[in-house]
Amino acid sequence: METGSPHAAGATGADGATGPEGAAGAEETAGAERASGPEGAAEPAWIALPPGLLRMRRLLLVVWLGLVTLAAGLVPGLLAGPVWALFALPPLALAVWGWVMTERNWRSWRYAERADDLLISRGVLWREETVVPYGRMQLVEVTSGPVERHFGLASVQLHTAAAATDATIPGLDPAEAERLRDRLTELGEARSAGL
Amino acid sequence: MTTDRAAEPAEPRGGFVKPAGPAEPLGGRVEPAGPAHPTEPHGPAHPTEPHGPDRAPGDVIERRLHPVTPLRRAWAPVAVVIGWAVHDPDGAQRHLTRLTTTTLLIGLAVIVPAAALYGFCSWWFTHFAVTGTDLRIRTGLVFRRTAHIRLERIQAVDVTQPLLARVAGVAKLRLDVIGTDKKDELAFLGADEARALRAELLARAAGFAPETAHEVGEAPSRQLLRVPPGVLAMSLVLTGATWGSLAAALVVPPVLWLATHSLWTVLAVALPLLGAAGASSVGRFVTEYDWTVGESPDGLRIDHGLLDRAHETVPPGRVQTVRIVEPLLWRRRGWVRVELDVAGSSNSVLLPVAPREIAEEVVARVLPGVMVPDRTALAPSPRRARWCVPLWWRGYGLAVTDAVFAARSGLLRRSLALVPHAKVQSVRMTQGPWERARGLADVSVDTGAGKTVTARLRDATEARDLLSAQAERSRTGRRDARPDRWMS
Repeated sequence: METGSPHAAGATGADGATGPEGAAGAEETAGAERASGPEGAAEPAWIALPPGLLRMRRLLLVVWLGLVTLAAGLVPGLLAGPVWALFALPPLALAVWGWVMTERNWRSWRYAERADDLLISRGVLWREETVVPYGRMQLVEVTSGPVERHFGLASVQLHTAAAATDATIPGLDPAEAERLRDRLTELGEARSAGL
Repeated sequence: MTTDRAAEPAEPRGGFVKPAGPAEPLGGRVEPAGPAHPTEPHGPAHPTEPHGPDRAPGDVIERRLHPVTPLRRAWAPVAVVIGWAVHDPDGAQRHLTRLTTTTLLIGLAVIVPAAALYGFCSWWFTHFAVTGTDLRIRTGLVFRRTAHIRLERIQAVDVTQPLLARVAGVAKLRLDVIGTDKKDELAFLGADEARALRAELLARAAGFAPETAHEVGEAPSRQLLRVPPGVLAMSLVLTGATWGSLAAALVVPPVLWLATHSLWTVLAVALPLLGAAGASSVGRFVTEYDWTVGESPDGLRIDHGLLDRAHETVPPGRVQTVRIVEPLLWRRRGWVRVELDVAGSSNSVLLPVAPREIAEEVVARVLPGVMVPDRTALAPSPRRARWCVPLWWRGYGLAVTDAVFAARSGLLRRSLALVPHAKVQSVRMTQGPWERARGLADVSVDTGAGKTVTARLRDATEARDLLSAQAERSRTGRRDARPDRWMS
């Protein structure tokens, strides 16, 4: 990496001028929907998350809150009388509210690979947008828990030297996660800088 | 002090290692290629070098710590006995009367040699060696442990002398590298040896050739500032925290006594409070006594301490953030406190107290090419920010120059944080619902020292522009930064 960096940097477009090309390459491989057109460097090509994450979160929500609803309805209902089964209503309301909120949260997640940095935007009420220059990445991680694996999902996490950098993209397609990891590692090596 | 490195740049240049690859050292994921290991070709070329019994296979001279080292833990058994006696005074007395001379002698005959053997073994099996690229520490009799600390990654070098070590003429040497733990310090070395080793480590880290590194000697240092004891004492008197902890220590125990009439409760509360009060007044005075900041080609020198002396060296380009703090009561005198963050280092004070103009000069030395923006240059938050943070919104300010991102906060205790663009690791923009309703947003920059500097309550469009511009500056700012090996 140390000896070959000038050539590698040239090949992948180290200068900001070649911006849209790098992003355009990403568009073709990513099968997900896009929020905006490939206008140029001004408006990055955002990539949204695939629907798998939404399905997984909704299923988890329904399973857990369904159990809570059942318990809250059946136990007082059988022990104290049918009116007490109304205790099942709050968890049910929570489940319905969560159903809507999960989708809004899922929609808010998006990321964009620009020529020199990665953008991650998320949050509905508390919005957060993170920019990580490729040269500052120390480590790129792909993780996938048992539930995530069952739904065919994987997360990509970026680490920089700053512990506060919180750049995680959850719920990606495993193939896309690996493509992203390889591409980020490659770009990171080409543009690597010290502390 | 054999060679004046700064005054004769032409002379030692002949001994430089010329790296064949690109001049700028890159990230730590891949080991550097050939030229970064100059010891290996150098080894066979000097067969006349003495071959001691302590020679490791890689032709590296290993050394041991100072022979006084085993005594550093000698106080531990004594402390255990004292602690037990204090905890259970009656039992201790009973045991003492039962102790006969014979049992005492037998006990001593077992404990003293065992302790001595342990101390001797831990000293005998600890070795360290300096190679062209790293400092190697090998330790452990049963559980072996080897640490290789890369010299070009040094963030700071500290030589500290606790009071007893000063009496014994020894010193501790620690390298601050991201991720090292406390075990990686060299304690203890002879005081002169520690200084010589520090000079050699810095010379090697700076990029001098290994053959000349131990002859380069200590780089000359020029004193920038020395804090007089009177000013330091006055600054502590004018600090609210000192009086706050003193007042708490004086008020809380009597109140507690009146409320509970339980001696143990009062003692359990009063002792920590008294400790905190002592640490924030006398303790700070003792630590920050005779604070001297110097400048040398090896970077910044910070020496301080009344009883325990500490000598720190921060090589060029290692400072991640600088904060200029101005407590309320210091404002009339125009004094400020300057704090700095270096990745992996525990120390965070650059100047405990100094007049503002002098402090700004020192900051300009620490961060080359940086001018501390004055009050008028800082853009305040828009007026509608008062709906988000009443009153205190006036304290927020932001200035972005070619070299730094400077954010101010605080109304009574003003604090101005400076981050050079080259040190920014990532940039974030956050916006809560309340802020969005007012068209405001926060912009944070994260640095390698684990510190985040936030410019709060900026105009939303301004924040968006700032986000992209800051990412761009972070990328380009690195280009003209100095290399990790600062003399090469």
